[in-house]
Amino acid sequence: MGRIFTLFIFFVISQTNLNFAYSISPDVFIQSTVNRASQILSENISKEEKINQLKIIAKETVDIKGVGFYSLGTIRNDLNNEQINTYIDLFESYFLKSFSSRLAEYTNPEIEVKNKQTLNNNYTIVNSILIATDKRPEIKIDWRVYTKNPESPLIRDLIIEGLSLARTQKEEFASILNSNDGDLKVLFKILEDFSKN
Amino acid sequence: MIKFLKITFLSFFIATSAVAGSDGEIELSKKDKTIKDCFEPLNRATFALNQGLDKVIFKPVAKGYRALPAPIKKATGNALNNLSTLITIPNNVLQGDLKLAAINTGRLVVNSTIGILGVFDVATDMGFPGYIKEDYGQTLGTWGVGSGCYLVLPVLGPSNIRDTAGMFINVMGGDPYYNISVNGNNEYLDGKFYAATKALSAVEFRASNLESFDNLEKNSVDFYASVKSLYTQDRENKIKNTQRGSIEVIYKEDQEWEEIDSN
Repeated sequence: MGRIFTLFIFFVISQTNLNFAYSISPDVFIQSTVNRASQILSENISKEEKINQLKIIAKETVDIKGVGFYSLGTIRNDLNNEQINTYIDLFESYFLKSFSSRLAEYTNPEIEVKNKQTLNNNYTIVNSILIATDKRPEIKIDWRVYTKNPESPLIRDLIIEGLSLARTQKEEFASILNSNDGDLKVLFKILEDFSKN
Repeated sequence: MIKFLKITFLSFFIATSAVAGSDGEIELSKKDKTIKDCFEPLNRATFALNQGLDKVIFKPVAKGYRALPAPIKKATGNALNNLSTLITIPNNVLQGDLKLAAINTGRLVVNSTIGILGVFDVATDMGFPGYIKEDYGQTLGTWGVGSGCYLVLPVLGPSNIRDTAGMFINVMGGDPYYNISVNGNNEYLDGKFYAATKALSAVEFRASNLESFDNLEKNSVDFYASVKSLYTQDRENKIKNTQRGSIEVIYKEDQEWEEIDSN
């Protein structure tokens, strides 16, 4: 009887744990993400290895698809399914290479999360600083965190000293499209070439 | 005659940028907000020229400057900042911020005297609030003058019609340092000294952005467009006088983010 009761209790607890959804605070999420990245950057491994490991972190913590849609501007609404799938694949490769290469230039960056400001149910802005070194001053970095699913927050933008990386990317893509009569194939080719080189 | 031409040129600039600014607002409601690049082919050509000059002149000089001992770089930065308060103060007044104008005047007096011509930033050590530069382009922006078309100026780099007009105001009497050094009849300062100071400001800026520029160039699919976007964002932030990265700046674009559902 005692064994059945123990099993019953264990079952109830395990089910409770399975069904209970843990929400992660956006500031804790960002601090843990930057700590992971910082650890990789300070390791004595090759730049290639660093880039590969940073790509894994980016895949887990950045809403690459969301950033991709935003970067494309309103033209995204005119795309067919095939174009969307092609674009998302190309964008992911481009983004991972661009993002990880940018980060890999830093060695042992120390980022300290300072504050968070909830915009609405979907977004929280996490404020942080990249601590100053002898070579560069303190840099303010804000993170736009997508919190629609509170159990799995995702980064959608980095705002460095007030300059949004997502907006910069969006205007870069818009410039390419404007210069080529809105031809998506040109943008796709540029993204493909960037990822390959 | 020259003064008349300058005024005519400036009036044309401001008038066209005001009109262009209104157009932008109308466009904003119709489609994606885009930076008006009316002279894109010319701008791209100038951008390429500037990149060439940067490679041959500015970047090597900036690297040399970077190698100087830290106290010399700090003193140079302080002195240049101190000179820039001569432009900041009238702009504080024109923007209606008299309190900040008074604070910056105090800063200028303290640093120019006790700080030995601004070499030492004594004012900050005395507890003056952090210094934020202002210029005539920003003032025109706060008065509601639109940015107008994006421009890339030879040597000077990214700008727009409004900010270029702001630069003209400097040489039309808006910059006391220019008036004293170029127009003033004195034995200590002349036009060459003024030009050297401006060149030093450019070198200092380039030296503090060596890695970030290289990184941006390497990881951009259209470096010209990236620089255009960053310049525009920076000017928007400065005109709004929002603390950099503050929630007001970020929230502006939120509506489009709300439309993105990647799930």
